[in-house]
Amino acid sequence: MQDIIKEIQKEFIKNDIPEFKAGDTVTVHYKIREGNKERVQPFQGVVIQRKGTGGTETFTVRKISDGVGVERIFPVHSPNIDKIQVNKRGRVRRARIYYLRELKGKKSRIAEKKK
Amino acid sequence: MSGLLAKKIGMTTIFDAEGKVIPCTIIEAGPCVVTQVKTKEKDGYAAIQLAFGEKKEKHTTKALKNHFAKANTTPKRKVAEFRYFEQEYKQGDIISADLFAEGDFVDVTGTSIGKGFQGVVKRHNFSGVGGQTHGQHNRLRAPGSMGASSFPSRVFKGMRMAGQMGNVNVKVQNLEVVKVDTATNRIFLKGAVPGHEGNFLKLEK
Repeated sequence: MQDIIKEIQKEFIKNDIPEFKAGDTVTVHYKIREGNKERVQPFQGVVIQRKGTGGTETFTVRKISDGVGVERIFPVHSPNIDKIQVNKRGRVRRARIYYLRELKGKKSRIAEKKK
Repeated sequence: MSGLLAKKIGMTTIFDAEGKVIPCTIIEAGPCVVTQVKTKEKDGYAAIQLAFGEKKEKHTTKALKNHFAKANTTPKRKVAEFRYFEQEYKQGDIISADLFAEGDFVDVTGTSIGKGFQGVVKRHNFSGVGGQTHGQHNRLRAPGSMGASSFPSRVFKGMRMAGQMGNVNVKVQNLEVVKVDTATNRIFLKGAVPGHEGNFLKLEK
């Protein structure tokens, strides 16, 4: 029966999503509809976690806006996501970097991954 | 009213036209066979008997085999009656998922997941006994007092206590039909329905 669910999810699963994980800095270009107009709003921040599998997978992006921490959860395969840009690959030691929420300023920096 | 017998496949999320996430239960609804039409004159009440799900012939009793043979169909696993059916059907007719349309609201009946014998904290959302201090060491999830003393000298009927939880018939009302796939007889309902995956369900519109 799980096969049937996978088959249903296949209809909307995107295959062109870049590889990214927790610690990476990404820009999510999110489509917003205002009345009849549609525009794209970028949201740049650090990926804190990726959660779930298949068509239900989501990821959380955190950024500091005017000194206030803002987190947004996006479904990976959402049709409203225009594109995901990976700006920086961070080196972190865990898959969910919740500890970032308690840090600010210099301590909240993430080292860039060496090639 | 009209309805169908169905099988729960599982849950997932889909995106609607605006790109919003909708939590959905996928249900295999039908095709159901009308195995008997009960009438007021003959049976005392009007109803339609539907059958759903394949069953091996060797697991079917002779009485049931002949009952299904009357409707020109193979033995089925589930049989249920629906009263006050809107449309008229004959014995042997097949009803499929296109009975439902997008935007309809349906009621779903099924057997909930059995949780076994459970205490009051899980079964009735009691909060348990407060802290761990003041001399308490083994009463954390206890129900506490069950009533007063010499009056009434008994415990009132219906007092919530520990016992069997789940594995009972549950009806969930007004679930929205998000999508109907007539080719595979699958319908998508917004929200959760009772029971495990593979559970038999009764849908009513």
